[in-house]
Amino acid sequence: MAEGVKPRVKVPKTASAGEVIVIKTLISHKMESGQRKDGDGNVIPRSIINRFTCDFNGENVVDVTLEPAISTNPYLEFEATVPESGEFKFTWYDDDGSVYEEIKKIAVE
Amino acid sequence: MQLTRRNAILMGAGAILMTGLPLRASAAGEDAIAAFTGGAEVGEGDIKLTAPEIAENGNTVPIEVSSDSATEIMVLALGNPTPPVATFKFGPLAASRSASTRIRLAGTQDVVAIAKLEDGSFVKASTTVKVTIGGCGG
Repeated sequence: MAEGVKPRVKVPKTASAGEVIVIKTLISHKMESGQRKDGDGNVIPRSIINRFTCDFNGENVVDVTLEPAISTNPYLEFEATVPESGEFKFTWYDDDGSVYEEIKKIAVE
Repeated sequence: MQLTRRNAILMGAGAILMTGLPLRASAAGEDAIAAFTGGAEVGEGDIKLTAPEIAENGNTVPIEVSSDSATEIMVLALGNPTPPVATFKFGPLAASRSASTRIRLAGTQDVVAIAKLEDGSFVKASTTVKVTIGGCGG
């Protein structure tokens, strides 16, 4: 597992049924592109988050394929519809096989 | 070569030309587009790509894509060593077919967004971003 990987997600705590909310996600990750060289001229191997998904109660919101051209600490912002109370599940897939998860609950009033 | 005044001026002009030219699109970019569209024709229309005109730092360039009827949007930076940037697939709960993120650009170049619409057709939008400092670590 890459070091110091910490997901951060911003989701409102409450919403009204059917409301559109903005979700902002950021995960601290160096996103080594595989293009850079170290001091001795050796290529530093690629190590990135290659996929991100967001689901709400098992239904998909977005599924993003990330490439090395995504900046360090990948930031994604998108909009979701909230039909009922439940939880958002955010998943990041690392090149090294690690999976990072974050869950945010939202209540519909 | 002796460094005369004339040579110095020529070299200066050459250097300006070199840095002023945007990075050329590579064949890899064309391949990536073909793989996404399956060779279908790409038209113009319902897609918007927002990127800054000038990015001081190529390491983090904020971009936003949106398209009202897209199921998938692919973003490419044609002048990068690896042109694909990201592919967004929108699920049933996506409220809008839009997303924003931050990308790396190796230099001044065209950024292209291609959307696959619900009717199966493809549309694209592109914009040129001038990059002051490239974002690929030299």
